[in-house]
Amino acid sequence: MSHHENWPKAWRSPEPKKRYDAVIVGGGGHGLASAYYLAKEHGMTNIAVLEKGWLGGGNTGRNTTIVRSNYLWDEAAHLYEKSVKLWEGLSQELNYNVMFSQRGVYSLGHTLQDMRDIERRVNANRLNGVDSVVVSTEELSKRIPYLNTSADARYPILGASFQARGGTARHDAVAWGFARAADALGVDIIQNCEVTAIRRDQGRVTGLDTAKGYIETPKVGVVVAGNSSVLAEMAGLRLPLESHPLQAYVSEPIKPVLDTVVMSNAVHGYISQSDKGDLVIGAGIDRYNGYGQRGSYSVIEHTMEAILEMFPVFSRVRMNRQWGGIVDTCPDACPLISKTDVEGLYFNCGWGTGGFKATPGSGWVFAHTLANDQPHELNAAFAINRFISGALIDEHGAAGVAH
Amino acid sequence: MLLINCPYCGYRDESEFHYEGEAHIVRPSDPDALSDAEWGDYLFFRTNPKGWHKELWLHSAGCRQYFNAERNTVTYKFKSTYKIGESAPSGEAS
Ligand SMILES: Cc1cc2nc3c(=O)[nH]c(=O)nc-3n(C[C@H](O)[C@H](O)[C@H](O)COP(=O)(O)OP(=O)(O)OC[C@H]3O[C@@H](n4cnc5c(N)ncnc54)[C@H](O)[C@@H]3O)c2cc1C
Ligand SMILES: [Zn+2]
Repeated sequence: MSHHENWPKAWRSPEPKKRYDAVIVGGGGHGLASAYYLAKEHGMTNIAVLEKGWLGGGNTGRNTTIVRSNYLWDEAAHLYEKSVKLWEGLSQELNYNVMFSQRGVYSLGHTLQDMRDIERRVNANRLNGVDSVVVSTEELSKRIPYLNTSADARYPILGASFQARGGTARHDAVAWGFARAADALGVDIIQNCEVTAIRRDQGRVTGLDTAKGYIETPKVGVVVAGNSSVLAEMAGLRLPLESHPLQAYVSEPIKPVLDTVVMSNAVHGYISQSDKGDLVIGAGIDRYNGYGQRGSYSVIEHTMEAILEMFPVFSRVRMNRQWGGIVDTCPDACPLISKTDVEGLYFNCGWGTGGFKATPGSGWVFAHTLANDQPHELNAAFAINRFISGALIDEHGAAGVAH
Repeated sequence: MLLINCPYCGYRDESEFHYEGEAHIVRPSDPDALSDAEWGDYLFFRTNPKGWHKELWLHSAGCRQYFNAERNTVTYKFKSTYKIGESAPSGEAS
């Protein structure tokens, strides 16, 4: 016993080598998962993850941790469902407790059109093998006693969809677990190492300029969420993305009061309760473009209004903390997991407000794409060129309120 | 709360405004003449800079006029606002 001193390091943090077979830019959950699966599934162990700050300091450590796969279109449902399946074994796989808790996710309907959309989506989910059911208001009032299901509410609740296999996870643990497991397979994880230029020769990637010097590599996977357009510009590329602040909020810790996740597109907010007892709350993006990792007060007010519409009982709870992350929103609310016009340069981005749930699946398909220089069938539809062909995957309904 | 200087009404709270995205995007005069890549670029691809940006705003809960602004996407500070048809006071290319 050493009183919590002398813990072993979870990863090595070596100085970068001069050359790697591939480099992942961005040490969030998606970048670390990509590196882990490159090493584990494709035997590429001479690789590095370069992170400009600290692991998980981006959206991975700033999100509200909701996991689900009940998306409308086949392509998205299959991609997110792959991810939920990986979540279900992730603590075992990584030998690290990511605290994945399948406490279920409810999406409320407040209008007849909401309910028609919910029924359509639930049916589509079931056809795709994604567990999903329509729940009545009576059931909701039994299952979530403090939810205001009164017919006198300003926006009465008419029902909900429910995915029982959805839930939450501990976001830091996901980054640390993937980092430790990747490190154990030989991956170099290098923090405080911002990438400042992407060097190319005759349309091919040759290396990266970084805060720790030049690193030669024939393959670069960029996984930098809100900063994707900045990295794209380094390679002379344009992306169909805009970066926006998205805020989250936690209350003071209170006794257990909510054992599931509740979201509403129409009232526009969502809430769960962490194991520590604090209410974890989120809603929409700040509408303007921003890289400032903070948002506006008007959005805070709007979010609290939405939560109190659903849960008037929380009106006396004090909020403790609030922060923002920068999300890279795509016009069809679906990610880009794609090759680019530069050979050896790949982007995994555009997850916007809802990519935490996809962390393992995103890394899994991106590793396949890098290793084979072609997408896996699960991510083939998510190429950048869908914004040229017009084959968009419109998930604005299922993406709904930002989560 | 941002204070935004509407060129018609003066300073008002951010909550009166709607953000409308990148400014100075001109609709191609002959879409049929464009390649799919050019049309896709017009519809979906954006500059999204980290730093100074030219943006279209709408004073939706005020005079309901559209106008342009130069704003920094890191500090969120406005450099100028100007009417549609005018060029940015800083004179920098968009
Ligand atoms: C407030 C909020 C709530 C959210 N809630 C949910 C939710 O409930 N459920 C859900 O599924 N999703 C949610 N999301 C979205 C989710 O957080 C993201 O989609 C996901 O975490 C993205 O992971 P990532 O690894 O791609 O990005 P990040 O974790 O942001 O990692 C990118 C990393 O790249 C690094 N980087 C940037 N530029 C450089 C450079 N030049 N060189 C080196 N490194 C660089 C950054 O420092 C960062 O660490 C939320 C997001 C926010 C902001
Ligand atoms: Zn005005």
